[in-house]
Amino acid sequence: MTRYVVQRALQSIPLLLIISFILFNFTNALGDPMAVYAESRNRPSARDREIIMRRLGLDRPILEQYLIWLIGNDWMPPIDVYGDGSRLERGTRRGVLRGDLGISFVTRRPSWTRIEERLPWTLILMVPSYVLTVGLAIAIGIFSAVRQYSFWDNLITSLSFFFYSMPIFFVALLTIYIFAVQFKRWGLEPIKWGGTGDGTLGSLLQHMVLPVFCLVAIQLAGYVRFVRSSMLEVLNQDYIRTARAKGLAESQVVRRHAFKNAALPLVTLIGLDLPFLLAGAVVTERIFAWPGMGRLFIESFERADVPVMMAILMVLSVAVVVFQLLTDIVYTWLDPRIRYS
Amino acid sequence: MATRTDSLQGKPAERVLSLDPKQNIKGVSNFARSMRRLRKHRMAIFGIGLLLFVILYVVIGSLVIPESVSTYNDPRRKLQPPSAEHPFGTDVIGRDILARTIYGGQVSLFIGVTAMLIQILVGTAVGLLAGYLGGVVDFLLMRFAEAMLSIPQLFLALVALRIFSDPTQFPDFTFMGRRFSSTMIVIVFVIGLTSWMRVSRIVRSVVLSVREQEYVMAAYSIGARSWRIILRHVLPNCMAPIIVSATLGVASAILLEAYLGFLGLGVRAPTPTWGNIMGEANSYLDSWFYWFFPALFIMLTVMGINFLGDGLRDAFDPRSLK
Repeated sequence: MTRYVVQRALQSIPLLLIISFILFNFTNALGDPMAVYAESRNRPSARDREIIMRRLGLDRPILEQYLIWLIGNDWMPPIDVYGDGSRLERGTRRGVLRGDLGISFVTRRPSWTRIEERLPWTLILMVPSYVLTVGLAIAIGIFSAVRQYSFWDNLITSLSFFFYSMPIFFVALLTIYIFAVQFKRWGLEPIKWGGTGDGTLGSLLQHMVLPVFCLVAIQLAGYVRFVRSSMLEVLNQDYIRTARAKGLAESQVVRRHAFKNAALPLVTLIGLDLPFLLAGAVVTERIFAWPGMGRLFIESFERADVPVMMAILMVLSVAVVVFQLLTDIVYTWLDPRIRYS
Repeated sequence: MATRTDSLQGKPAERVLSLDPKQNIKGVSNFARSMRRLRKHRMAIFGIGLLLFVILYVVIGSLVIPESVSTYNDPRRKLQPPSAEHPFGTDVIGRDILARTIYGGQVSLFIGVTAMLIQILVGTAVGLLAGYLGGVVDFLLMRFAEAMLSIPQLFLALVALRIFSDPTQFPDFTFMGRRFSSTMIVIVFVIGLTSWMRVSRIVRSVVLSVREQEYVMAAYSIGARSWRIILRHVLPNCMAPIIVSATLGVASAILLEAYLGFLGLGVRAPTPTWGNIMGEANSYLDSWFYWFFPALFIMLTVMGINFLGDGLRDAFDPRSLK
């Protein structure tokens, strides 16, 4: 087992290198990062531009830039800032491998602090909605599966199909329209939305209601279908018949014998989906003006802020790889039938 | 909810077991049997109905309402609620939303279908190569697919779209008397090339199981060439999962286009799509008709495709209970 984990961990190193290389080439092709500087208040002259380019290493070939991003340039030959050898500066970047994700082109502060500011907001929104989603999906999925082809099962199946096909902006705009715009017209207290409130907990919770509702409505459908079908698969197994035959109460059969086994594929699904919570919900955050990671990505994307984009993407990729490994480990722990060698 | 009454139960069984040569002469292919199951799948039929409705809407709509209506703007009649003259109302610069959902729908559906074709083509090619050749090729291709899968597709698509949609390099073009933004073509490739990974994994896994079959060994031993084995023996076995992922691929392509359009970063003017109409309407929440109708069509299309895709999955795999 230990050997398997170590092997998998070692395999993920080349994977992350490939990911980072693809992304680096991609994000750097986005356009002229100097355009951001050109728009700033003290617009640099052509000569200053050149100096900034050299300091940032943007004049180097892309492969060298990738190397600098990866392992820093503080050990490389000093940078010839003016291009004529009159001033040499040592590089200050330490590279991603030594925990330096680079400086944002826009805010001139470390990319990591940008992420640190936004990540909590994303988690405040995504974690409760995800917990709600999975909890409800298990309850509804089991309810539906044990009543296969009944009225309730058909209703739940149709509804989950319906919500599964809803684009999230449709749900979001509809709920805002009904609960904020129309409520006001009907003389009811409209639910506040947009932003995160005035800093008190009550106001934060109120602002969370609509986005959390939308995220749950959208995600729930897929999970309900998944729980239902894996429950149905288990309920057809021989050991369920055995459990019933030996006189166990139906609730015991469903909870202890069926659900425990049906939960295994669910664990995999959750493990693979969890890291993507960090990415936030781009569209939802946009609609509800929520200052999360999705908005941060769009903002840095619109300004070609390459270091911040790279930082976000790399944090995500590392999370995905780590969670894949964790899922595998948890799976062997939960299901003793599986042994990796 | 596939009605599984074929082969060994019910009427068809009699025919299979019949000794009357006249009845057995034709035989029933697996594919024909699957299609018969599909016809009995109520939700799949409902899905096909929805899709037909949407397709007829954009086709007949464009025959009744000329394209000029969708571009004609009159700021004096902006954001008018639905009326007899404009059944879906008008948008922020006074264009008829009904006409725009028709012509935007054509573009959205076009993007969905062509992006799916690219996705399937690339995915199948990569899956076949990786599965059949194995070794280093397999390792590299699958690591590459894994790398692409671990980044949210929306992020990848946004970046790729920006790189290839420089209006100076890719100007608007005219086709059949209509002007289109070149971003429409770019987005097809961007969506296609960022969504082939799952298909390639499915195809690869089928190839790996088929490769070990005796008939492949037999074909190999009588001297069949690799490409012949791939095309005649391996590929037909991949058809069922490919058809299912192709169907669902159209839905996810349409949705991705809609999300990109909604963020204002998708297909650019003058080409309308359901997605970018939503993007414009986003700031006019009070004018519900502005965003409601394009979103409704996106939903109907995606729902139709999902129903059909689910039906196809049941039809091809009678064991699945979903």
